[in-house]
Amino acid sequence: MSNWIEIVALADIPKLGSRVIKTDTMTIAVFRTARDEVFAVKDACPHKGGPLSQGIVHGTSVTCPLHNWKIDLASGQALGPDEGCTNTFATKVEGGKVFLALKADEAAA
Amino acid sequence: MMKEKLVVVGNGMAGMRAVEELLKLDADKYEITVFGNEPHPNYNRIMLSPVLAGEKTIDDIILNSREWYDENGIKLVSGDAVSEIDRVKRKVITASGVEAGYDRLLLATGSNPFIIPVPGHDKQGVIGFRDIADVDAMLAAAKSYKSAVVIGGGLLGLEAANGLMKQGMDVTVVHLLDALMERQLDKPASALLKRSLEERGMKFLMQASTAEILGDGRVSGVKFTDGSQVDADLVVMAVGIRPNMALAQQAGLHCERGLVVNDTMQTFDPKIYAVGECVQHRGMCYGLVAPLFEQAKVVANHLAEMGIARYEGSVTSTKLKVTGIDLFSAGEFNEGEGDETLVLQDPAQGIYKKLVIRDNQVKGAVMYGDTMDGTWYFTLLREGTDISAFRSTILFGQHDLGDAGHGSGGTAGVMALPDSAEICGCNGVCKGDIVNAITKKGLFTLAEVQAHTKASSSCGSCTGLVESILASTVGEGYDKAPSKKGMCGCTEHSHDEVIAAIRDQELKTMDAVRDAMDWKTPDGCASCRPALNYYLLARWPEEYKDDAQSRFINERAHGNIQKDGTYSVVPRMFGGLCTAKDLRAIADVSDKYQVPEMKVTGGQRIDLFGVKKEDMPAMWKDLSEAGFVSGHAYGKALRTVKTCAGKTWCRFGTQNSTGLGVKLEELTWGSWMPHKFKMAVSGCPRNCAEATIKDFGVVCVDSGYELHVGGNGGIKVRVTDLLCKVETEEQVLEYSGAFCQLYREEAHYLERTAPWVERVGLNHIKDEILEDEAKRKALYERFKVSQQYAQIDPWKERADGAEANEFTPVVISA
Repeated sequence: MSNWIEIVALADIPKLGSRVIKTDTMTIAVFRTARDEVFAVKDACPHKGGPLSQGIVHGTSVTCPLHNWKIDLASGQALGPDEGCTNTFATKVEGGKVFLALKADEAAA
Repeated sequence: MMKEKLVVVGNGMAGMRAVEELLKLDADKYEITVFGNEPHPNYNRIMLSPVLAGEKTIDDIILNSREWYDENGIKLVSGDAVSEIDRVKRKVITASGVEAGYDRLLLATGSNPFIIPVPGHDKQGVIGFRDIADVDAMLAAAKSYKSAVVIGGGLLGLEAANGLMKQGMDVTVVHLLDALMERQLDKPASALLKRSLEERGMKFLMQASTAEILGDGRVSGVKFTDGSQVDADLVVMAVGIRPNMALAQQAGLHCERGLVVNDTMQTFDPKIYAVGECVQHRGMCYGLVAPLFEQAKVVANHLAEMGIARYEGSVTSTKLKVTGIDLFSAGEFNEGEGDETLVLQDPAQGIYKKLVIRDNQVKGAVMYGDTMDGTWYFTLLREGTDISAFRSTILFGQHDLGDAGHGSGGTAGVMALPDSAEICGCNGVCKGDIVNAITKKGLFTLAEVQAHTKASSSCGSCTGLVESILASTVGEGYDKAPSKKGMCGCTEHSHDEVIAAIRDQELKTMDAVRDAMDWKTPDGCASCRPALNYYLLARWPEEYKDDAQSRFINERAHGNIQKDGTYSVVPRMFGGLCTAKDLRAIADVSDKYQVPEMKVTGGQRIDLFGVKKEDMPAMWKDLSEAGFVSGHAYGKALRTVKTCAGKTWCRFGTQNSTGLGVKLEELTWGSWMPHKFKMAVSGCPRNCAEATIKDFGVVCVDSGYELHVGGNGGIKVRVTDLLCKVETEEQVLEYSGAFCQLYREEAHYLERTAPWVERVGLNHIKDEILEDEAKRKALYERFKVSQQYAQIDPWKERADGAEANEFTPVVISA
């Protein structure tokens, strides 16, 4: 089962913005939408590995800063005619804190 | 929940386009049933001419296969015509008795070819040119018979005649008037066309009125009102189409020349919508495909209950699909009283171009022989562009505006290229990729081609080529962008409308703009948010709070993101001047943060590449302490003022150009602009600072300063226009500030000064800045007010701790 890790206060992620989370092995982008939903995806666009954390967030998607691919934050899927997918991670918000669940296989990947 | 039922009568281009648009907006709203008379899936009717000419097959022109209907859960009933609409019980009934109930009904019954009711018109071998069955009948006739008569010298008739000729028949075109294609061409172009078709072997009988079709059982000839006659084994009537509104009339819907609809494509029964050739909108019936597609978009919007789109009629353009003949017409090509015409004629080469001009705007165009710039003229026409700045060269085409990117050759030229020819240099897309995507995926618009292939989606310089490929691959079905472009998918409103609303309705937050202008998305998209943020900042510098999350990453991080996710840092060096101490400070910073590469930029600055984002604030602190501010090399902002050696050293120098460059940069640094903005000051007309390809350039002369505007290097090199000459440095500063502010207030976001100057015309800029001193001073004043808020160094702010979260990753062990 997943182990929840407290990462950051919700208030420390800007609305329609993101924070970069670095683990020992990978970089994860955590996003906050206008309605305070929080999503986490691997910080690499399926297209050319662009840092999605640096993109503009709108609705529940992010636009990659390198070549404007749009990625659905909930599924990690590229939207529109583009095809590809990046990993997603479970998140939850409790008491104003954001928690992230790393699955064992993905943390090691 | 039960889905609502949508029934579509008509499986043609308009009906299916509406369904496709609807699926894009809301794929799950309706259970959709489509009825089509013909036993085929949906095909591209306008490409029947190339099929007849043997250049394409039926399979090539199928738009949606039966699998497509299945995949989208659409029930297709083909080969069974709907014979009755029961509006009370809300159901349709077919000839064979199949019934289908509806919550919404979409009629797209198209049109019928008009068959002249002369005696003998019902003989075997007399047909129209409308569908696959007609094409099959013509192909069969071509195998066993020799002579064909085509009645009608319009677009469709000539395409039919050309196809039959290609199939080996001896073809005579009969036309009632004295000029071919009189609805699309003026007389000179029409004559050129006739000559060229005659050279190919087509025969013409002009001003001939058909009296009777001769023959027993099968047609054997055509007799005219003057008593003469010609032999014919096949007669194709292509004298026009009539909206097919029988079904609608029978159901009691209000019809005039066509089935009458309002701007939302609704008939007099609110449950029933209609699109395509069967409708009459504001008194107009359309027979070309581009308007039908615009209608389809509108009806889909209403079927999806978004309720915001309106169809306001279309301006159309025409191209004749006869291989080897280039012909284009659009708008009001026959001049009226008070109109001016520009004509270019080269009879030896068979080239004829005419533009009808009114109030410095293109109102109509006819082109024969060289149609390469048709798309450009059509864009000028629809957008109502003021052409006074390039009127003297407009007939020579867009090339002549210094358009280096478009290459040459036009549509024919593009199609002559091999499949391996690279069209889009930015994304490495070849012609074959584009043609494949268009045919396999059924693309019709530039936006679709951009989305699927990435061609022309980066720098845009190949847009003309991609449009040409699109136009020649799908024929007239090519869906030109509508005249009024919404800023992005989130709104129907154009940049100009949004700018005006922000100003006139005093909208001061992004939410206020989105509310007032009916945005479709709650927080916009990556395209409109930066634009709105800029417009608000430019209009309300004292009140609007810049929104970091609506900035592209470069402007949020105040560095240029590179492809590996690191950033580049460029400290400002006013006028390109520096001291040994400055260079030492940059060298120290470079060592301390292990900068992997340094480079001198084209704007006379030093670029430090490969900096990690988390290192930037500390690096900026060091640079700030050494006296540097941000160089804004990352922003839609004032970039650099480039200078030459100057009078102090150069034996040719006339004024203190370097000092003036520093003053200009001190005035303008930090200002946000619609796009990047570069300046230069040259000390003499030798122009070593390249001031005449800058957004604002100063060339010093002995008697003062020449001010040049609207130039750029880059994709389309454009040399500046001379704005005026002034005498003092103070004037240079005032005029430059006023120019900056005019650009900041009027240009569209991401529009550089070069296209802006071309769009609004140099005269407009002269009016605002030169003619009226009060206006100029007011612009300059507003610029200086804005600068009070803009000239706060973003690097120092962040070095001192602002926006720390942006630059600090969260580290966890897992």
